[in-house]
Amino acid sequence: MQIMLNGEPRDIAATTLAAALDELGYGEARVATAVNETFVPAPLRDRLLAPGDRVEVLTPRQGG
Amino acid sequence: MPVFYGTEVGSRLMLGTAQYPSPGILRDAFLRSGAGIATVSLRREGAGDGAGAAFWELIRDMGVPVLPNTAGCHSVREAVTTAHMAREYFGTDWIKLEVVGHEDTLQPDPFGLVEAARILSDDGFRVFPYTTEDGVLGGRLIEAGCEVLMPWGAPIGTGLGLNNIYGLRTLRAQFPDVPMVIDAGLGLPSQAAHAMELGFDAVLLNTAVARAGDPAAMAEGFALALRAGRLAFEADPMEPRDMAAPSTPQLGLAVLS
Repeated sequence: MQIMLNGEPRDIAATTLAAALDELGYGEARVATAVNETFVPAPLRDRLLAPGDRVEVLTPRQGG
Repeated sequence: MPVFYGTEVGSRLMLGTAQYPSPGILRDAFLRSGAGIATVSLRREGAGDGAGAAFWELIRDMGVPVLPNTAGCHSVREAVTTAHMAREYFGTDWIKLEVVGHEDTLQPDPFGLVEAARILSDDGFRVFPYTTEDGVLGGRLIEAGCEVLMPWGAPIGTGLGLNNIYGLRTLRAQFPDVPMVIDAGLGLPSQAAHAMELGFDAVLLNTAVARAGDPAAMAEGFALALRAGRLAFEADPMEPRDMAAPSTPQLGLAVLS
């Protein structure tokens, strides 16, 4: 199915957020996630994804 | 030193981490100034690029408490979601809450700010709201659960200093027991000293330091100015007056004319 990853369309075979992160190459990287503008805590990443879901994967950056 | 939500911080200088010429210069600015809090953000991470982890390692190695922000958020939902993501990643319930209301001025959206502050406070966050000098808004934020206010000096990144001295002085007087941080708009250490003289508890800077020719020196300059200004505030300054008053005694003045 196709999802939007950080604003870009991506085709994935995975059906859960956790599996998608693995398939997309995040591996063991520590990240914060949201799906469809809603925060998804790390322990809940076994949630199912649906076609068109908007997935955001964030990490620390400089800030003021 | 200021106490925010029951935690005393080590300095009246809170420093942003953006726009430095290099990570080494960022670290030098923190070391030389002794800044007590580092502000950070969350942004999109590409798979395998590791940029976020490298930056986070740099910040953690400095040993300075972090204050994550919701910079760039224009809606309550964006800000609340970002705050939740930051709480998980950074392991702190402190959040610098920004809800931008206007793209040119980056002025806070007061309505969204209060709503987001209430949602986050109810959810256990310790909210540091980036606000204006508006006292009614300040009151609403306190009612919403904020125990700190962070009024702007001037719009973010302008370096214009304290644009509304009257408004800031009034805000300070309205809520004498609420810790207040001048957040944004400062360009020079003298402006930070002025903020201290007005009774504010701390300042939050980024651009003024990061964009200086020598950021580490500028950071130290701000730290010294904050100390000078705070000492002046605690020393109970004289009241200004319109007419001159001789400081040298008139008694015993020779008559030579």
